[in-house]
Amino acid sequence: MSETLDKPALNIVGTRPIRPDGADKVTGRAAYGADHSMPGQLVGKILRSPHAHARIVSIDTSKARAVPGVKAIITASDFPDLASEVLEGGEQASNLRDLSLNVMARDKALYHGHAVAAVAAASSEAADEALARIKVTYEVLPHVLDVEPAMAADAPLLHAHLFTEGLEAKATAPSNIAKRHRNVRGDPEGAFAAAEVTVEGRYTTQAVHQGYIEPHATVAAWAEDGRCEVWSSSQGQFMVRTYCARILGIEISDIRVTPAEIGGGFGGKTTVYLEPVALALSRASGHPVKIVMSREDVFRATGPTSGSVMHVKLGASADGTITSAHVDLKFQAGAFPGSPVGAACMTALACYDIANFSIVGWDVVTNTPKVAAYRAPGAPIAAFAVESAMDELARKLGMDPIALREKNAVRNGTKAAYGPTFQNIGYLETLAAIRDSEHYKSPLGPNQGRGVAVGFWFNVGGESTAAVNIGEDGSAVVVTGNPDIGGSRASMAMMAAETLGVPVDRVRPIIGDTASIGYSMLTGGSRTTFATGMAVVQAAEKVILDLRQRTAKLWDVSLDHVVWRMGQAECTDPAKPDKKPMTLAALAAQSARTGGPISAQVSLNAQGAGPGFGVHLCDLEVDPETGHVTVVRYTAAQDVGKAIHPAYVEGQIQGGVAQGVGWALNEAYIFDRQGLMENPGFLDYRMPVASDLPMLDTIMVEVPNPAHPFGAKGVGEVPIVPPLAAVANALRGAIGVRIPHLPLSPPVVLEALDSKAE
Amino acid sequence: MSQLAYIAPSSPEEAASALAASGARPLSGGTDLLVQLRAGRAKPDVIVDLKKVAGAIGIREAGGGFVIGASTSGAVLGEHAGLVRAWPGVVEGANLIGSTQVQGRASLAGNLCNASPAADGVPALIAARATCLIVGPNGRREAPVESIAVGPGKTSLAPGEFILEFRLPPRPARASDAYLRLIPRTEMDIAVAGCGVNLVLDAAGAVAEAHVAIGAVAPTALLVAEAGAALVGGKLDEASLDAMTAAVRAACRPISDKRGTADYRTRIAGVLARRAALIAFERAGGMR
Ligand SMILES: Cc1cc2nc3c(=O)[nH]c(=O)nc-3n(C[C@H](O)[C@H](O)[C@H](O)COP(=O)(O)OP(=O)(O)OC[C@H]3O[C@@H](n4cnc5c(N)ncnc54)[C@H](O)[C@@H]3O)c2cc1C
Repeated sequence: MSETLDKPALNIVGTRPIRPDGADKVTGRAAYGADHSMPGQLVGKILRSPHAHARIVSIDTSKARAVPGVKAIITASDFPDLASEVLEGGEQASNLRDLSLNVMARDKALYHGHAVAAVAAASSEAADEALARIKVTYEVLPHVLDVEPAMAADAPLLHAHLFTEGLEAKATAPSNIAKRHRNVRGDPEGAFAAAEVTVEGRYTTQAVHQGYIEPHATVAAWAEDGRCEVWSSSQGQFMVRTYCARILGIEISDIRVTPAEIGGGFGGKTTVYLEPVALALSRASGHPVKIVMSREDVFRATGPTSGSVMHVKLGASADGTITSAHVDLKFQAGAFPGSPVGAACMTALACYDIANFSIVGWDVVTNTPKVAAYRAPGAPIAAFAVESAMDELARKLGMDPIALREKNAVRNGTKAAYGPTFQNIGYLETLAAIRDSEHYKSPLGPNQGRGVAVGFWFNVGGESTAAVNIGEDGSAVVVTGNPDIGGSRASMAMMAAETLGVPVDRVRPIIGDTASIGYSMLTGGSRTTFATGMAVVQAAEKVILDLRQRTAKLWDVSLDHVVWRMGQAECTDPAKPDKKPMTLAALAAQSARTGGPISAQVSLNAQGAGPGFGVHLCDLEVDPETGHVTVVRYTAAQDVGKAIHPAYVEGQIQGGVAQGVGWALNEAYIFDRQGLMENPGFLDYRMPVASDLPMLDTIMVEVPNPAHPFGAKGVGEVPIVPPLAAVANALRGAIGVRIPHLPLSPPVVLEALDSKAE
Repeated sequence: MSQLAYIAPSSPEEAASALAASGARPLSGGTDLLVQLRAGRAKPDVIVDLKKVAGAIGIREAGGGFVIGASTSGAVLGEHAGLVRAWPGVVEGANLIGSTQVQGRASLAGNLCNASPAADGVPALIAARATCLIVGPNGRREAPVESIAVGPGKTSLAPGEFILEFRLPPRPARASDAYLRLIPRTEMDIAVAGCGVNLVLDAAGAVAEAHVAIGAVAPTALLVAEAGAALVGGKLDEASLDAMTAAVRAACRPISDKRGTADYRTRIAGVLARRAALIAFERAGGMR
């Protein structure tokens, strides 16, 4: 099924050179969000709500203003009161008013940690003192944290203006249900009635944080002439520019955003929290202002992704053909609408060719931090439910779990549950890679279990700009507008070097600020290597065309008689046998005489991103006396299109698995009865540590994407989709009972073991 | 606005007098104190670094037993072959603290005086019947380890007092110890329950002396005399292990919190005690 692309053999793409940003990162020279300072800068700090839900009756800042060193104090009244408006630009569309209200609460604090005021002061101590002296009078309101209680008719209402969208009849009363999504094919009820085998289950997951190692940080300056500078760690400098301009009501032309090195994002840095506040403080104080979140702030006020309650029913004939499916997904959105339930609905059945189904999704607001994108937003949650149900179905049918998935797999030409028709997908090859692996055939030890799960992510393309500038010595600088969160600089340099035919260390990839390179959508949706990579290759090709034109003039031959091979121009005109090839360096040295500097920029809107599929295999061992679970072996296979830098593709796969295993086993937000988060730190918010995981083995399946010059597909999100269910299915195998609720922490597992013993 | 002074005296007496000032706090590795400072939970005026105090760092053998400088880091304890041979449980408790980086700093004194109920270094020290040499403005005194912590975050040390040394008793030929804890992860976590067991065997290989101490299941680590007594005289047959496990569980007075329910903690304490006893017995050369 894999096609060979009509391309010459590759010299650089597919190799594993040292990453261009590696030395800076291991020596501590890389400048992250908090590393930048501006002359005369102040310390900014944010006062956060101590309540989960409260009306802000009044804010008295007079005592705080009297603290020596305090230069500015702002509240929501320092920001424009914006109307509801949908903004494209982040990973998901956002509502401008909600964005602004999340940055600074106006009439109500909607979660513990919601920003209510901010100060700028000459020292950290003065800022702390000022925070302590701001007097906020709250009227504490009843709160609701979990999705099902929030949907109840008598639930405390977060927003008086929120009416459920997507119902047959227009909603007449406000509720916490922001939207219902629905997708039906065929006659699911009829097909269930005729099904020979059915399985059904209710599944729940907890909100989990992206857990990037670098807390959010920014420094911003609002100059007297109204020009603004922002330096911050984000997944998109252009996103920061747009959001700041809109939230503050200023022109994008007045804002220049420089992307700092980013210490992880995983989707959580696709929005703004601090930047508009720092700008407003700078405007009020006349000084640059730097704000750095603590880890506690990060947990209380950023991310996470949704907690959920899900219901899945599958119907099949005795031979394993799935004839009907019903999927109901209720997602916690946090304080404002916009959970990833829409994407979850679209991905839930994307791996399966099913004639009849109904998928319903509910987007529900709760008194918890507004969710942010997290790697394949929504897909791991839905996959946990669907893949757990698939495991139950395989057991009930007595079928091998891979065989069941192969039987119902989408193929090229299948119309996906979410609409489009699949082409050039490598799902069957990926299933086969696991089926044929040594791991799948290996025996299990005592107290061990094995689980299989699959996952899907769309991957996207979109708008990108890249410039290739040739130096006088024939070296190249590649400028893009995408922060490097997953090793993309290496991939950009490699694709440029491959195209130009020069060694990769002759190419320096850099990430431009918003005033130095054309617009690019943020780094998200696994789009950068695909879309920005396409722009890089096209810019390099434009440079090559320019070089051929210049050479043709020098040699006085037609353009057709100049070919570019292995980094040099060669003459193919039989009438000019004396023309010696000219290298890029030689041409660059005389660029002044041939038309000036050699450089090209390409802006495009990349189409044809190839969807990705992953198949994961997890072995784990249970301590029957404590319920402690240890993952002992893990293999993840994924269709990656073409691995530009295989080590970073493997790294993406391993990273996704590590995060997914943490989500499955231990991660959860813990709230007390007042709705206050009790574990805002890595001690009690238990992400996995290195010693928790075995070597995570990867199998890269390469079914090229013809829309990309080298066949690349997005790889960064697919690998977090299957692990939740792979772990849960392995545990089901090990202990003989299904635990349909995450996390599968030791006490939960021990309780399940007890229930089995009874 | 608050100011923070730092001093690093070299004699125990200087340290004691500096610590007698109000707002003074001792510092060993700082892996608890600095975290609390940054979080605003500790607001000392003066930090008295004990690491330069004579005797606070290092390990020596004395009178057949060991004297451990109370501020000695876990990494140094782990590298001392003689100590590891005689007290593998004490060392493994200390070495479970944190990670490689934390081990370079974290000390037993800090672990004990931070007075977390879940301190990993403490149960094995108590089971070892270790004592503390305490230096204070009024001179020196010796006290058993279990008398130091009196509740979460609270110690029995008087103002100005600090721990200079831990003293471990002489070790007979057939004796060993073990410490186990349960955490949801594999490191960088707080014990849900922990248990240290110290056994001395007689010439026939039966248990002559047994001490069992549990952590994270009560406001302080506890020495469970009944649990030790249940093991004495036998070779860890099932009945004695069951009796010991029951005694451990009966002694537990845990809270339910974000780190575990009371029931779960109690049950796990029993499991760990049993496993730790078997390890200590085997290390001591016992044959069941
Ligand atoms: C990342 C991380 C992981 C951790 N993991 C664990 C773990 O797994 N298990 C565990 O038990 N703990 C853990 N801890 C907590 C901490 O590392 C330990 O409690 C450690 O033993 C403290 O020792 P220290 O020398 O660093 O103490 P310090 O921070 O120097 O002091 C702690 C307390 O004891 C007082 N003190 C210090 N020395 C003396 C003295 N000689 N006499 C009297 N009082 C004194 C201090 O004033 C302070 O109140 C962890 C901490 C971190 C940061």
